[in-house]
Amino acid sequence: MLRPRIIPCLLVHQGGLVKTVEFKDPKYVGDPINAVKIFNEKEADELVVLDIDATVKGAEPDYRMIANLAAECRMPLCYGGGVRSPQQAKMIIGLGVEKVAMSAAAVEDVTLVTRTADAVGRQSVVVVLDVRKKTGLFSKGYEVFTRNGKQVHKGDPIEIALRMQEAGAGEIVINSIDRDGLMKGYDLALAARMRQELRVPLTLLGGAGSHQDIEALLAECGVVGASAGSLFVFKGPYRAVLINYPNPEQKDGICRAGLATHFSK
Amino acid sequence: MIHIVDYGLGNIQAFVTMYKRLGIDTVLAKTENDLCNVRKLILPGVGAFDHAMELLEASEMRQPLERLVLQEKVPVLGICVGMQILACSSDEGIGAGLGWVDGRVRSFAGNAASAALPMPHMGWNDVVPAAGSPLFKGLEADARFYFLHSYYFECADSTNSAASADYGFNFDCAVQNDNVYGVQFHPEKSHHWGAALLKNFAEL
Repeated sequence: MLRPRIIPCLLVHQGGLVKTVEFKDPKYVGDPINAVKIFNEKEADELVVLDIDATVKGAEPDYRMIANLAAECRMPLCYGGGVRSPQQAKMIIGLGVEKVAMSAAAVEDVTLVTRTADAVGRQSVVVVLDVRKKTGLFSKGYEVFTRNGKQVHKGDPIEIALRMQEAGAGEIVINSIDRDGLMKGYDLALAARMRQELRVPLTLLGGAGSHQDIEALLAECGVVGASAGSLFVFKGPYRAVLINYPNPEQKDGICRAGLATHFSK
Repeated sequence: MIHIVDYGLGNIQAFVTMYKRLGIDTVLAKTENDLCNVRKLILPGVGAFDHAMELLEASEMRQPLERLVLQEKVPVLGICVGMQILACSSDEGIGAGLGWVDGRVRSFAGNAASAALPMPHMGWNDVVPAAGSPLFKGLEADARFYFLHSYYFECADSTNSAASADYGFNFDCAVQNDNVYGVQFHPEKSHHWGAALLKNFAEL
């Protein structure tokens, strides 16, 4: 049976790893290569590395860093940050990365998704949508943001996600800005709607604070990707930096508990 | 010593790194001249079927590889699209494959049993090895590998199926025809399970 993927998401800022809260206040949590080594030992399902500087600075992806990460990484690796062309995606795949994530460039020009899928195969094209629940008195629904939450885009996230899928995305990652770093659980309602509408693999990011939060996501959506930052880099109520990941027994327990209702259906 | 066929497709570095950790030497074969004293071959690949065949032909290594594999019986392991091109043909393309393992590559989307599932088939899946398959020695009870694909190998002769996995139905996720081996999943990205399989291949 295909298993749910439990995926640490690492943010790179000024060459180091950081963790943000609601996309702000980056706190230094360590060295990227060292983190990859630890997740190798813990046999993480996949790894997502996002360079949160590249797009806002208009910089090229840091190919040297990506090559170093890919050479060290013994699990499937997804890189995102500053990718604006199929050529860049091809180069990154050539460095030994399985999947390339795009956000701002894809939302701004959906043909980029198609052109990139043609160049590297759609299985390697991931679109990350940063979403935030509208907060005004009479507002409902969600908005999509890019550029680290600074640029808002018109349209319902589900429609945008469907457009990305149509264009050739092989996976959609939904990242909840308003849950980032808060460790109070995933946005289950949004996750369930996305799973229902999308035909490609789906990964949720933002809000996981415990293994129970992952179980709740799986119970809601079945087999999806459950990604998290804080959960896998902090330990305890004082957010001490300690890279961690469920051991094989814990992982089996999370999947069993989360999917119990799906098996009985 | 393992020769990795580097025809411009696939994550070559991951195999080099994995075998280095296992203490086994690797050689990258980019041209025919690199194919001397060959004892084992790895044929990697990602992307589309026709593109893989075109690149392999363009590398001018197809003929020397066929001599090594089909006449000298050197063990070869095709991985991902490197496995799919072992087949005779594919739903994904119009060109012919190598035909080293009789079968055709099919699309999950075209199979009623899997058509409703998310595509591509992405993530870790349980693998059930065929009895006595040398690639899966020691992995009989617990084999789990990382998959990332939308097309699957369908053996014409079921005795060529070396393992199966379930994605709506049981498909052939590993094949073997004499000295020709293929796996759909990515052993180079499958932690200790992948290391065990690559070690088994090296020790054949």
